[in-house]
Amino acid sequence: MQATSTAERPAAPPETSSRSWRKAFTDIVEGAQQRQLWAHLGWQDIKQRYRRSVIGPLWITISMGMTVTALGILYAKLFGQDLHTHLPYVAVGFIVWGFISGCLTDGTEVFIQNEGLMKHLPAPLTVHILRLTWRQILLFGHNLIIYFIVLAIMRMPIGWSFFLAIPAVLLLFANGAWVATLFGIISTRFRDIPPVVGSLMQLIFFMTPIVWNAQILEQRGGDLSLAKLNPLYHYIEIVRDPLLGSEIVWTNWAVVAGITVLGWMIALLVLRNYRARVTYWI
Amino acid sequence: MVSIDVWNAAVDFPIFDAKSRSLKKTVLGKTGGKIGTDNKVPIIEALHDINLSLRHGQRVALVGHNGAGKSTLLRLLSGIYEPTRGHARIEGKVAPVFDLGVGMDPEISGLENIIIRGLFLGMSRKQMEKRIDDIADFSELGRYLEMPLRTYSTGMRVRLALGVVTSIDPEILLLDEGIGAVDSEFLDKAKGRLTELVKRSGLLVFASHSDEFLAELCDSAIWMEKGGIKEQGSLREVLTHYKGKDPFENLSPKALERMRQNESDPTATIGSNET
Repeated sequence: MQATSTAERPAAPPETSSRSWRKAFTDIVEGAQQRQLWAHLGWQDIKQRYRRSVIGPLWITISMGMTVTALGILYAKLFGQDLHTHLPYVAVGFIVWGFISGCLTDGTEVFIQNEGLMKHLPAPLTVHILRLTWRQILLFGHNLIIYFIVLAIMRMPIGWSFFLAIPAVLLLFANGAWVATLFGIISTRFRDIPPVVGSLMQLIFFMTPIVWNAQILEQRGGDLSLAKLNPLYHYIEIVRDPLLGSEIVWTNWAVVAGITVLGWMIALLVLRNYRARVTYWI
Repeated sequence: MVSIDVWNAAVDFPIFDAKSRSLKKTVLGKTGGKIGTDNKVPIIEALHDINLSLRHGQRVALVGHNGAGKSTLLRLLSGIYEPTRGHARIEGKVAPVFDLGVGMDPEISGLENIIIRGLFLGMSRKQMEKRIDDIADFSELGRYLEMPLRTYSTGMRVRLALGVVTSIDPEILLLDEGIGAVDSEFLDKAKGRLTELVKRSGLLVFASHSDEFLAELCDSAIWMEKGGIKEQGSLREVLTHYKGKDPFENLSPKALERMRQNESDPTATIGSNET
C-alpha cells in the first residue's frame, strides 16, 4: 500500500493536549450553538413527566401552589406572622429554592443519567449542562406564576426595585450552569457525591430562611450571622427582596456576585482538566 | 476539508470498582498513608499505538475479532473518547451510527424521535422536517409515526432509526454493525439506502463481520487485533490475511469489477503515519 504524501497531511501532531482552555471554551461555544438540541430536550424532559396527564405541566404550578399555601399558612400561625407578608415570603423562597435544589441534585446526575447518549453520540458536555439548566429555568417559570397570583391576591406594595429581580434571576440562572458543570463532572468520577448532596439538601432547606423568616431568629435572640454563613441565604435574598418590595441589601448582591465569579472559575478549571475524562468515567 | 488524523493514540479505561470510585479512599488514602497496593486504579488498555490518516472519499472497513477494539476505535474517531495518550484531529461533521436505539425515547412519537435523533446527528430542525416524508416512505410506518415509539415492534423501531440515520448528510460516517432484526425484504431496501448514504458522505469507516456488506461499501480496510492496528491496506488484501483465504473468490464478477475500479482509484488508499 502507498502512504499519502506528507504535503497532504499535517506532519506533526497538534501541540495542544485535551486539557486546554481553547478546547474547554470550544466545548462551551459549540454547546451553546446547538440551541435547538438542548432547548428541545429540556422542554421534552418536562413534557415527558406530564405526558398523558390532562393539564400537563400545569401540575408543576399547581403543586407549588399547594405547598406554598399550606406551609405558608402553617408557618405564619406557628411564628405568629401576618399571613399577608408571610405567604408571599414563603412563596418566593420556595420558588427560588426549587431552582437551586433542582440544579444541585439534577446536576450531580447530569452525565451519569445520559450515559447512553454520551457513549453513542458525540456532543459537547455543555449541551447536557444547558439542557438541565433550561429545564430548571422552565420549571422556575412555571412556579413563578404562583408569585404573581399571590401578588394579585395580597396586593403587595412593590416599587421600582421590583426590576432588580430581573438581574437577580439572571444571576441565579448563571449560577445554575456552573453548579451543574462542577457537580456533574465531580459526581461522575466520585459516585458518593449524588447521595451526599441529596441528603444534605433536606438539611439545608430547613437551615435556610425559606419557611421561617430570618428576622424572627433575631427577634428571638438568635444570631443571624449563622444564617448568613449559608451561601444560599444570599441567593434567595437577592431575588426575594425586590419581589417582595423589601429593602435591597447590597451585601447579599456582593456575596452572590463573588460566589458566581469564584464558582465559574472553579467550574471552568474542572471543565478544562476533566472535560475529556467524563466519557471515560461514565 | 474532511479528514481524520490520529497520532500514536491510546485509549486507557480506568476501572473503578465501587471502593476506589468513592471519595473515601481518595480522602482517607492521603491522610492515612499507604495501606496496601490498592491505591492504583486498574487500567484496561483498549487501544494503543493507533496511527491513521483518513481523507475525503475513503471507504474504510474495520475488521477484527470481538473485543479487538473496533467499537472503541470508532468512538475515538468520532471524538467521544479523546486519546489518553497521543493525539487525534477530526475535521468535519461526524455522524456516528453505533446503536440504532440510542437517543430514542419510547414515550414520544416517532415524528418527535426523528427530530431529536436528527438534531443529535448535527442536523437542524428544519432540515429534519423536510426529510420526514422521505423517512415515512422508507420506513413504511405511515400514520404510525404519530404514535408513541413504545407501541412499535422491534422491527418497526429499526426501520425508523435506519430511516433517520440514512436520511442525513454526514461528512464523516462511522458505522458499527448491528443492522439486523428486520425482514430480508426490508434489508435489501436498507442496503440501497445505505449505499446512497455512503456515497453522499465524505468519509466512511464501517465495522462489520459481513464480507458481503464490506465488499459492497468499502475499498480499503483496517484489521484490528488486541487494541492495535495489525494491518491496513486494500480491502481484499487485508481480508485475505484476516480470514486466511480470499473471501471474494466466490463473488460475482460484477462486484469484483466494481472493487477493482475502487482499488485503482488513487484517493482510495489509507495513509500511514509510521515515520
